[in-house]
Parts: sequence; structure tokens; C-alpha cells
Amino acid sequence: MNIRRVFAMAFKETLQVWRDPRSLAIALLMPVMQMVMLGYGVSLDIKHVPLCVYDQENSQESRAIVERFTAPGWFSISQTLVSEADLRNAMDRGECSMAIVIPVDFSRTLATTGSAPIQAIFDATDVNTTNIALGYAQGTVAQANAQTSAQWKAAHGVHPSPVGQVDVEPSTWFNETLDSRNFIIPGVVAVILALVGAQLTSLTISREWERGTMEQLISTPVTALEVMLGKLMPYFLIGLLDAAFCLVSAVYWFDVPFRGSLGTLFVTTVLFLIVVLGIGYLISVRIRSQLGASQIALLVTMLPTTLLSGYTFPIEQMPAPIQAITLIVYPRYYVTILRAIFLKGSSLPDLWAPLLGLFIFALIIIWLATRAFHKRLD
Amino acid sequence: MTMVEPAIIIQGLTKRFQDFTAVDHLDLTINQGEIVGFIGPNGAGKSTTIRMLCGLLQPTEGQAFVAGFNVGRQPEAVREHIGYMSQKFSLYGDLTVRENLRFFGGLYRVPRHDRGERMAFAIAMAGLAGREDVLVRTLASGWKQRLALGCAILHRPPVLFLDEPTSGVEPEARRQFWDLIHELAAGGVTTLVSTHYMDEAEYCNRVALINRGKLVAIGSPSELRGHQLGGELFEMDCAPLGAALKVLTDVPGVEEAAIFGDKLHIVLSAGGITAGDLPGFLGARGIHADPPRRVTPSLEDVFVHLVSGSHETRGAF
Ligand SMILES: Nc1ncnc2c1ncn2[C@@H]1O[C@H](COP(=O)(O)OP(=O)(O)OP(=O)(O)O)[C@@H](O)[C@H]1O
Ligand SMILES: [Mg+2]
Repeated sequence: MNIRRVFAMAFKETLQVWRDPRSLAIALLMPVMQMVMLGYGVSLDIKHVPLCVYDQENSQESRAIVERFTAPGWFSISQTLVSEADLRNAMDRGECSMAIVIPVDFSRTLATTGSAPIQAIFDATDVNTTNIALGYAQGTVAQANAQTSAQWKAAHGVHPSPVGQVDVEPSTWFNETLDSRNFIIPGVVAVILALVGAQLTSLTISREWERGTMEQLISTPVTALEVMLGKLMPYFLIGLLDAAFCLVSAVYWFDVPFRGSLGTLFVTTVLFLIVVLGIGYLISVRIRSQLGASQIALLVTMLPTTLLSGYTFPIEQMPAPIQAITLIVYPRYYVTILRAIFLKGSSLPDLWAPLLGLFIFALIIIWLATRAFHKRLD
Repeated sequence: MTMVEPAIIIQGLTKRFQDFTAVDHLDLTINQGEIVGFIGPNGAGKSTTIRMLCGLLQPTEGQAFVAGFNVGRQPEAVREHIGYMSQKFSLYGDLTVRENLRFFGGLYRVPRHDRGERMAFAIAMAGLAGREDVLVRTLASGWKQRLALGCAILHRPPVLFLDEPTSGVEPEARRQFWDLIHELAAGGVTTLVSTHYMDEAEYCNRVALINRGKLVAIGSPSELRGHQLGGELFEMDCAPLGAALKVLTDVPGVEEAAIFGDKLHIVLSAGGITAGDLPGFLGARGIHADPPRRVTPSLEDVFVHLVSGSHETRGAF
């Protein structure tokens, strides 16, 4: 390997990225847009979850319950309903993420037994919002339960029977939901790097084929390894830049606490970048058009990364077979690592398990990538 | 006197794509400092041969040595010793003249102390002095081609492969391009250059005619012109041309009839119809014809003869 040829490659590639609007947009704009979209997606919706209320009784007690939901600002009533059909329509049209139904005999049941059921219906299409709304709802109901229960005991001397009471410890739910932004934003960083990294390098070899410059390039003595290293070098720096941007905005814009060390963060980020850039490169070697390569890269990274990396939907809550599949969804390791570094201040030894996963991936990718490119036209 | 090794040795070189044979058992030896023209109709296998010689395509059969290295087994060693211009322009359009030169200089590891001088030479040779910082995609094709040649010779390779370097280039720029090739050859560089332009064959030391993957003829332009037509060549004005051609193809003694521009070229062998009989023969069939004139065959005549003899490719040039 000759370092001068590697640098010649890297310099040329940098010039091309600099002069190619598409590459520049992916390198610089995409992370900003995704940080805004994904970051705000998780942190703003949680404030005013649209709520539909179908209050069949419309008594003082029932209105008090509704008030409990809306007072803290977590829910905003988007609609007041008057029939079952209304309810179905509102849910179908996605006008609310959650609906509560208060039965017609609510206050009477409450007065006679000390507890009364209310129904909560969730629109589960947005898993993230649903989870959080469910948490709020359970917390609200539990709080109401505790108060009613105390009043009942004061009046009757015994606790009411626990019919219809929520059997979830409200405090844990509350902590989880309040921390959800801190929990999710580090995952967002991982998702963005996974998407952007693969997009960037997916263009690099395919560009040479598409523009017809490949034939001249491979007629020179440059080796396949030098081509790979030279081409990946600028994207590696861009990846680090994007990582720095995401991390800074996580800490200073989204106020996520950063409790770990920058050194740990750097080492793990380097490892992750090797994997994501390598995957884009592998795609680029096989697909000879830029558009095709970037679409394949999007397809390969987007779905698994957003659904199976555990960045919004916890892997522990997935069905066992899906959990097994996530073992090959490489961003999951970095999601876990980032979360631990941010929130728990973990150091490298604490992170050995996800690091091992990432490391194995990096080795496989390096092995494949060094063999992928051949200086042949056939 | 020491034996000088040939720069290029091609032995039974063959390339098949699936069951299509693009290059068919080609044999050719090219000496150091020679300029050999590679001529043949579209799809003859010129580019495929050159690509195999550059180590870009693996030969299916046979072997070839370039600067002493086996192209199938030592492609990297071959690449150190060659300069290549592909048929399609393939420098970086989004890089400037200087950036392209610096890039290829880096890949070829041109010694640093020499780099400035060689780049300056390439720029001067391409006639691009003063336009070093212009994006290459904005250049006209003549300049592009000369810059591509400049990039290909930065490392002073002993062997050059040029695949239709002058296609789409103005006649004036084409002549300048050939002057450059001759200067390089004077310095001992061996060149294999493919072309569609018949007049360019005259600039070569030897010409290799290839058709359907096979070598049809090889020799200096004068050697090729001197024989092989199988008779004497006549030129004749007649009208209508198409009808004359049709009538003449089956006449005994007419070896060859082909339309060249607005005239008919006819090869007559001994013992058949004579040149003097032609106007009368055609006149009897309603075709007006002037008396034919004897002409010296051009390379084009020879190629048409050879290629049409090997197959129906008349007028392919
Ligand atoms: N990769 C390939 N796969 C299949 N067939 C090919 C391939 N490359 C070339 N061919 C075929 O091989 C034949 C020879 O092609 P080649 O490019 O060598 O011709 P050429 O003499 O350079 O023609 P031209 O003057 O048009 O450049 C053509 O028929 C072409 O279609
Ligand atoms: Mg060709």
C-alpha cells in the first residue's frame, strides 16, 4: 500500500464531494433535518397529546376525572364526543391519539363501591406516542385512585375493593415518560449516523461507474485497497463532523445530560462509523448508478434502523423472534452504547457487550469491503 | 548488438462474452518505438483487445505480454508500464485541468521533484497553458483528448494504448494529436492506437486490420496498398450508381465493386471483362458511364476489399 496514492484518492474525492450538491446535502443538510424531525418528533408531541372524550354521564365526578387528564398539559381535548359512532370516526381519522370513555353510571358506581372503571382507547400507530400517553393515563388514573381510596377509607374505615384500578406502579411510569426524551435522543443520533453514513459512501464507487471515470482509474497502478481507503477517508471525517453536530445539539439543544467521557464516545463512534461507511461502500461497489446505490442504501438502512434498533421501541418489549433478528441490526449496539454513555456515564469496560457486537460487525464489514472491489471491467 | 525485446507480444489472444467471441485468436508482435494502428469496423474487437492488454479484461484464452509482463497474471506490473486512454473520455469533469493532472501524478507516484516540470509539460502539450484552473468538463473535445494523453504519459510509460483518441476531434486538432504521438515515438514509446479515420492509418508505422475479432491484415501502409486487391483498381463516373453496382457484382472479371463517394471503384482481374468494355456493357443496360481511369488503391480500398472478403461488411468504414 502506498500512502501517497491513498492521499491522492482522498484529496480528489474531497474535491468531488465539495463540488457535488447531492453529496454536500447528504453530508451537511440531512443530519440537521433529521435531528430536527426525529428530535422534535419525540419531544414536542409529548406535550399535547390529542385526546377525545366521550363522557356518557357528564356529571361533576366525570368532569373531575377529565380535568385530571388535561390539567398538567399532557393532553389537550381535541374533540368531545356524543356517540359510539363519533368515537369510531374520530379514531379512524386519527383525530386523537387517545380517547377516554366514561360510562353512564360512573358516579353511582363510584359512590357505592369506591371504584369505577373508565375505558381508555389508544391509537397505536405511533408506538412512541402511545407508550407515553399510556404512561400518562395510567399515572393520572392511579393518582385519582389513590385520592378516592383515601377519601373512601376516611368515610368507610376500609379500603375499597380494587376493581378497575390500574395495577401498574405509577411512579416508574412517570419516570420513564419524563425521561423519554433523554432516552430517545441518543438513539436518534445513532439512527442519523447510520442513515447518513451509508448514504454518503453509497455514492462513492457508483459515481465513478456512472460518470465513466472508472475505466481510467483502474488502468492506473492504484490498488483496490488504496481506492477503498482513499475514498472512505473524507467520508470518515464528514461522519465525525456529523456525529459532533448531533451530539452537540443533543446536549445543548435538547438538553440531554451527558455523563460519560468524550474519549469513550470517540472510540465507539469511530467503530460505528467503520460499520456504516463500510456498508454504504459495499453497496456502492455492486450498484453502478448513484441513484440506485443510494436508494438501496436507504432501503437497507432505513427500515431496520428505525424499527428494530430499539431507539424508540424497546427491544425487550419485542416478541422473541424479532429480538433475535435485532442482533444483526447493527445500530442497536450503538444505540445502547450512546444511551449508556449519555445517561449512565458508562466507560468502555461497562460497555463490553454491545462493543463486542459492534466489533464483530466492524470485522465482518472490513473483511468484506477489502475483498469487494476488483480492478476489472468483467 | 543486443536483442531488443518486443514491447507487445500477443499470442492467440481470445475474449468471449458468454458465447459471443469478441476477439478470436489474435496474434501480433509490436516492437519498441513502433506506432501500430488498429483499424476495423464497429464491434470488430479493438477496444476489447486493448482492454485485455491493459489488464482490464481477463483473456478467455491465449496470452499477451506488455513490457515483458503477462497481462492476465501480472496486471498491476503491466499498469505501471502503460499509459491508457479509454475510448470514452474519462477524466474528471468536475476537477480542473491541474487537479486531474495532480491526481494521476499521485496515482502514478511521479517523483515529487519532477512533478512540477512534467505537469507543465503536459499542460503545454495539451495547449492549455493559462487554463490550468478551468473545470475539465468545460473544455472542447480536442483539448480534452490532449489533456487525457497528458495524464496518460505523466509517468513516462514505455507503452501507450490509445483507444480512438481522435474521435469527434476537429481535423486540425487531430493532426496536432498525431504530431504528439510521433514525438513520443521518437522518444522510444511504443503505441497501439485504434481509429476509425482511414487517413490516420497513413500516420502509422504498421496497420493491423481487425474484423469480427480476427486479424485480417498487418503491414505498413505502403505494403498494404501494394497488393492484396486481387486485380487492378479503376475509378468510374456513372449514373445511376446503385444500379451499376448491382449489375456489376455478378460479371466475370469484376472482383470487387464499391461506391466511393460519388464514384464507383472496380477491381478487375485478368481474363474477364476489360476496362474498355465497361462503358459499352453498362450502356447496353441503360446506365450511363464514362471511361474508367486506373487509380492507385488507397488504404480504404484495401480495407474494404479485405473486410468484404471476410464478410458482408461493405461500407462499414
Ligand atoms: N462486456 C461485454 N459484454 C458483452 N459483449 C461485449 C462486451 N464488451 C464488448 N462486447 C461486444 O464485443 C464486440 C467487440 O466490441 P469492442 O468494443 O471491442 O469493439 P470495437 O472494435 O472497439 O468497436 P467500436 O469501433 O465501436 O469501438 C462488440 O460486438 C460488443 O458488443
Ligand atoms: Mg471501441
